[in-house]
Amino acid sequence: MSDNILEIKDLVVHYITDEGVVEAVNGLNMTLKRGETLGLVGETGAGKTTTALSILRLVPNPPGKIISGEIHFDGENLLELSEEEMRSIRGNKISMIFQDPMTSLNPVMTVGEQIAEGIEIHQGLSTDEAMEKAHEMLELVGIPRERAIDYPHQFSGGMKQRVVIAIALACNPSLLIADEPTTALDVTIQAQVLELMRNLREEFNTAMILITHDLGIVAETCDKVAVMYAGEVIEYATLEQLFENPKHPYTIGLFGSIPSLEHDVERLKPIKGLMPDPTNLPSGCPFHPRCSHAQDICKERKPIVTNIEEGHMVKCLIYEGVIEAKEVL
Amino acid sequence: MSSSVTTEKDTNLKSQAGKKRSQWGEVWRRLKKNHMAMIGLIIMIILILLAVFANQIADYEEVAIKQNTANRLQGPSRENWLGTDNFGRDIFARIIHGGRISLMVGVVAVGIAVLIGGTLGAIAGFYGGRVDNLIMRAMDIFLAIPSILLAIAIVTALGANLFNLMLAIGISSIPGYARIVRASVLTVKDQEFIEAARAIGASDFRIITKHIIPNALAPVIVQGTLGVATAILSTAGLSFIGLGVPKPRPEWGSMLSDGRTYLWEASHITTFPGLAIVITILALNLLGDGLRDALDPRLKQ
Ligand SMILES: Nc1ncnc2c1ncn2[C@@H]1O[C@H](COP(=O)(O)OP(=O)(O)OP(=O)(O)O)[C@@H](O)[C@H]1O
Ligand code: SF4
Ligand SMILES: [Mg+2]
Repeated sequence: MSDNILEIKDLVVHYITDEGVVEAVNGLNMTLKRGETLGLVGETGAGKTTTALSILRLVPNPPGKIISGEIHFDGENLLELSEEEMRSIRGNKISMIFQDPMTSLNPVMTVGEQIAEGIEIHQGLSTDEAMEKAHEMLELVGIPRERAIDYPHQFSGGMKQRVVIAIALACNPSLLIADEPTTALDVTIQAQVLELMRNLREEFNTAMILITHDLGIVAETCDKVAVMYAGEVIEYATLEQLFENPKHPYTIGLFGSIPSLEHDVERLKPIKGLMPDPTNLPSGCPFHPRCSHAQDICKERKPIVTNIEEGHMVKCLIYEGVIEAKEVL
Repeated sequence: MSSSVTTEKDTNLKSQAGKKRSQWGEVWRRLKKNHMAMIGLIIMIILILLAVFANQIADYEEVAIKQNTANRLQGPSRENWLGTDNFGRDIFARIIHGGRISLMVGVVAVGIAVLIGGTLGAIAGFYGGRVDNLIMRAMDIFLAIPSILLAIAIVTALGANLFNLMLAIGISSIPGYARIVRASVLTVKDQEFIEAARAIGASDFRIITKHIIPNALAPVIVQGTLGVATAILSTAGLSFIGLGVPKPRPEWGSMLSDGRTYLWEASHITTFPGLAIVITILALNLLGDGLRDALDPRLKQ
């Protein structure tokens, strides 16, 4: 058994709409080891959610379609499974936490019923046994079991997200995907919920993909980081590598400053320009219209993966030795 | 001593009930605060009780049907609370027996419409695409015909009797329910908790029955309540023009129709059935509006 729980190879996902084909994910590659936490960062529209939904094969279809690629989970290519086999994986071996706890709970079911639902589906327990487990899960996320009979609207935002976490972890999955699990919460609650997720993840040795805009959260939570741009992972590294030695001009831009040799420390403006139109992506390196190092060749030649060092990969022509950086990176 | 024990138990029970407060409990609590809706509800309960126990209150054959021309066109009195009609029949008795028919037609017609329209709307909303298009365009064609005309056409084609009346009114209001249920399913379908349910491995069947239908019900309940009022009105209208329940069976609309020749000499013959219609429609509308308000904040949450 390989120690990679997840391996995504050349994943391509499109949304086919009336306005055109949205190239949401373009040849994405990514690996995740058992028990590890991967931070998936990138601007809005980079394709983070689409990637996450592809793993569960829940990309809304139509308009979404997984065009090509492989998603190996536990050695099995998920894209080759039947819908029924896939259902037995969802919520059981792979769980997902959605962005907004306010809307990801069913308003007319008690929280106990909602936690028990997944347990009932996957573990063949009776309603009573499932409910008993649901109570245990509630306590695990720090909510008294008596509250299992309450409805979502009787909970605060932070507690709802705890319930969502309880649902996701109820069947002890080996992979948890959390799509911006704390953006809808205020800062103090964010910290508590993240803390809870960290602890539970460690306790159950669950691998996790944490999708976020917030590099601070990544720094506190993740072992590995994948930076996405226009549907590709343009830099992949360990937390230390990425924070101490970011390579891709986009990643450096994300950190908000580029140290320069000419001037002592020059603070640069946040990355100029907008995300490219996903129905009409730039040729060559998709970042070239915004990149301060871009040269003519960047418009034509698509960068391939360059290994900077063990476990640190980047997609940029500078590191392929094709062009020179304007400043030392 | 013993009384203090019971009160303690009572408060215990109460607090437990308070905690167990379900979604529908919430709705009921909000509805109770709405005085107009409660008036509507109380009137409806009285009307339903009168209709259910109509035979016990006034014998159908003897009081509501049997003609007694000697006693015709009498004003309200102790014997005949609401007076008598042109055949000397007791108007009160005829109104409560007529209420039976009105309520029955209302409920059954709405039932037919909700069942057929709701299923069509749910299928259209859930599966979308071509199925949706096909169903909803058919409904649009339906909607282009005024529903009362459609009902008239159906009754004329099938013959005027109680069953055909219910069928006609039910069928003619199918498109309305199809639209409402479709819209409702569409909004629910796109909510994150449906995706979350898929993400824990729930099947289509489970998602439809446990997650979509219970959440899509509220607007149907409101529309159904108001729909009973419309159906009662349509029944009265059809009976008024002689396409309703065959005589001598009492029906509010046909009572109005019979009484209109005597509008000047004995206005009570038309006033009371008219009032019965107005009160029922008003009560149902008050209740329906109250239900809408009581159910809505739940949807907003
Ligand atoms: N259902 C859909 N139909 C059409 N286009 C879609 C759909 N869902 C997403 N997209 C498009 O696909 C691209 C990637 O979207 P995605 O939601 O994966 O981005 P994201 O990185 O998660 O962004 P965010 O940070 O805002 O959540 C975007 O351009 C988006 O507009
Ligand atoms: S390939 Fe060229 S445009 Fe793309 S990031 Fe590197 S330097 Fe910038
Ligand atoms: Mg997203």
